[in-house]
Amino acid sequence: MVELGKYAGTVLGAYGVTIVLILGLVWQSLRQSARMRKRLEDQERRMGRHG
Amino acid sequence: MSIWEYANPKKFMETSSWALPWVTGLAVASLLSGLIWGFFFTPDDYRQGSTVKIIYIHVPSAMMAINCWAMMLVTSLVWLIRRHHVSALAAKAAAPIGMTMTLIALFTGAIWGQPMWGTWWAWDPRLTAFLILFLFYLGYIALWGAVDDPDTAADLTSVLCLVGSVFALLSRYAVLFWNQGLHQGASLSLDKEEHVADVFAWPLWLSMAGFGLLFLTLVLFRTRTEIRARRLRALEARERMA
Repeated sequence: MVELGKYAGTVLGAYGVTIVLILGLVWQSLRQSARMRKRLEDQERRMGRHG
Repeated sequence: MSIWEYANPKKFMETSSWALPWVTGLAVASLLSGLIWGFFFTPDDYRQGSTVKIIYIHVPSAMMAINCWAMMLVTSLVWLIRRHHVSALAAKAAAPIGMTMTLIALFTGAIWGQPMWGTWWAWDPRLTAFLILFLFYLGYIALWGAVDDPDTAADLTSVLCLVGSVFALLSRYAVLFWNQGLHQGASLSLDKEEHVADVFAWPLWLSMAGFGLLFLTLVLFRTRTEIRARRLRALEARERMA
């Protein structure tokens, strides 16, 4: 393990915040995409059935 | 072949579908290698100690916060001048990414600043410009959500983007305009006096490439979602008319 000395909390805190924010953004993008894809497929199927 | 072909949503969906796996793979590879190299295999700085490792996330995120707004500026101008819907949707898709990058830059800057400057925050020109840029991102996203008609929303947000560009520019060059404040100048520069040592610079370049590619991945992905949302609205409107 890398030796961070007295600044370990500072460095790990900065990396922790970054990882959480990036993963949050990726998760939100994936969730929004999955929802939209499903809604569009449902709509296309419904309109296909009713011409 | 012309770049305007990608203004066609169908062409954009086809090309981005092909490109996304490659861009995503490159983004993950460069981001992980840059951060692992920087975090585990670079020495401490003689003055800043191990806090220098924050440079591998702080500088790339700050760079992308500004570059994202620059990309939104270009796509907003394309919308205002040529009325291509994909460009307006790309700007809308990019805003949450830019806001997150600005937030990362502000948080990591505060965390880094506390032990180095003795304070989490100072009303320094660059820090203040970044805070205003963050507020512009918030306002931009809120404006898209507040206007029902997508074309009107695209018009209004494009104008807001033009105004906010002043602060994006200030956040990049504030250190040069006002020669005061706590924040230092550029970390990577052609000027040898300003440039960080090569041992820190190489993993930093790699992290910057990683953040840039992550941005590209997310913009492509989110723009595809916005194109689907637009198609859904059109189909729902057609159904209501029938």
